[in-house]
Amino acid sequence: MSLGANEAMTVRTDASRSVVTLSRRKRTRYAWAYLFVLPQVVFFAAFTIYPIAMSYVYSFYEWSGIGPLEDSVGWSNFSELLRDPAFWNAFRNSLIYIGATAAILLPSSLLLALVLNRAVFRGKVFYRTVYFLPVVTAASTVGIVMKFIFGNENALVNGLLLKLGLLSEPVPWLGQAGTAMGVLVLVGSWKFFGMAMVYWLAGLQSLPGEAFEAARIDGAGSAQVLRYVTLPLLRPVAAVVLLLTVVNSMHVFDLVKTLTGGGPFYATETVDLYIYNYAFNTSGFPRIGYASAAGIVFGLAIFLLTLLLGWLVQASRERGERPRRAAAARGGGRE
Amino acid sequence: MRRLVARRGTNALLHLALLTFGALWVYPFVWMLFSSLKTNTEYIASGIRLLPESAQWSNFSRAWRVGHFSAYFANSAIVTAATVVIVVVLSALAGYALGRVRFPGARVLLAAFTATMFIPKGYTILPVYQLIKHLGLLNTMPGVILAESSGAHVLFILLYTAHFRSLPQELEESAEIDGSGFFRTFRQIMLPLSLPIVSTTVIMQFIWTWNSFFVPLIFTLNKPELRTLAVGMFSFTGENTVDWSGMAAGASISLIPVMVVFILFQRYFINGIAGSVKG
Repeated sequence: MSLGANEAMTVRTDASRSVVTLSRRKRTRYAWAYLFVLPQVVFFAAFTIYPIAMSYVYSFYEWSGIGPLEDSVGWSNFSELLRDPAFWNAFRNSLIYIGATAAILLPSSLLLALVLNRAVFRGKVFYRTVYFLPVVTAASTVGIVMKFIFGNENALVNGLLLKLGLLSEPVPWLGQAGTAMGVLVLVGSWKFFGMAMVYWLAGLQSLPGEAFEAARIDGAGSAQVLRYVTLPLLRPVAAVVLLLTVVNSMHVFDLVKTLTGGGPFYATETVDLYIYNYAFNTSGFPRIGYASAAGIVFGLAIFLLTLLLGWLVQASRERGERPRRAAAARGGGRE
Repeated sequence: MRRLVARRGTNALLHLALLTFGALWVYPFVWMLFSSLKTNTEYIASGIRLLPESAQWSNFSRAWRVGHFSAYFANSAIVTAATVVIVVVLSALAGYALGRVRFPGARVLLAAFTATMFIPKGYTILPVYQLIKHLGLLNTMPGVILAESSGAHVLFILLYTAHFRSLPQELEESAEIDGSGFFRTFRQIMLPLSLPIVSTTVIMQFIWTWNSFFVPLIFTLNKPELRTLAVGMFSFTGENTVDWSGMAAGASISLIPVMVVFILFQRYFINGIAGSVKG
């Protein structure tokens, strides 16, 4: 490291024998660097910055997306939105989905990650592949396949439960509000489970080995190690996994659209479906301004939620530091 | 010794549990594959019986030809290949500049990219749609590709930046002494040293784009012949409400390529995902 720095310095002093060459070299490097970032910056400006700005502009207009943007309506899109029970229904559905998947996913995927992280355990890669497989499949196609598995009276789930004697007659899983949301949450969790597990595994592998060594020297059993060392040290990782799970659950459009279509009677309509229906509904008159307003309100809610979770990450990181330092100190004292 | 035996016992139990759950886990895919080989009447009558009486490969040829899956497959392949190339080139170039040159504005730029990480795509898609419409690319293949390549590619840029920053300074200097220019050093020395990262980004982007549904759906609403597999699958079920085995064959056609790619190259994909937690 220091050798490299020294060498770099020599080169630099060599070059700076004449100031002109140095600055020319630097200037060419800068020019190349700007050229290298230029395409990404253009994309970033056109497809990220501009759209963010424009969605605010649109939200103050009544606009179908065709013709000039001229019918300025002030805040009326927002006030209409906030008075629309259908929007709040979609908002609530999104929150239910986000909360329920997180509650199911976090503990279950941690459990599997802990098993796969055992020191002597064969077939880790095999199991990881099996449980990760749903992650790489298209959510939309999964939704269609699951619709056939749950939706049909004679199909898999009903057939299986009838045969096992757990049901006396077929249940219309996707035809009732409560069970439809249940199926949606279940399928969504199944699909994201492998991802959460890999996040946990990466977190587990980043834990300091000396804490475990110290605990073992102190004679802690594996249950005690889990309770007093692993879980407290994992707290910052848990916050990150929670954040990533929540961010993922905010966009269930593909799954909802294909599995339930938002039904029955809007029972599973989420905010992204609500926006889609206003912006791209082919049968009615598209309302780009109104849809943009809905996107902004939900976007702000998401932002506040991520801010809250980000604060949680920060707080747990600070709290996680303490046991880590204590464990390290204890391990050091033993030597 | 006794501890070893106990551990073996625990491991055996764990394997049993993991295998049982694992079978349940992939069962929907297995069911889908077998359903694609049944006749429609067999499908309705079979309930939980898995195996078809005789394999109906005609379901696949029917989906392929009559169900337009050959066209959907070609569209998916074109869109995915073009998007992968665009995104990987853009993020590798940006990551190289950000990782190796401390040019004025580099830190601001990196911060700006990162700040937009949590802005959901649904939030920006309406203006992107209008933008592509203004460019006259609505309902065209380049329009779909451009929309698919939009977004800030934050994860990839961060991966490339961290990687290029970690390469030793001496490499670049000795190349420079040998008379290699900035671009040639990047192309012939630095990039070949980055194959693992390139593979990671290629595989991840491949899987994301192949599976993408929302963007190709709205950008091909009025142009059925541009549909990708995911969108085609959706419209197929809308139009053929009684052709269940054709549906299962179509689902198999759309899911199998990505599963194969994942199983072959999963190391790269998993590394990329794990990188996003550590970062």
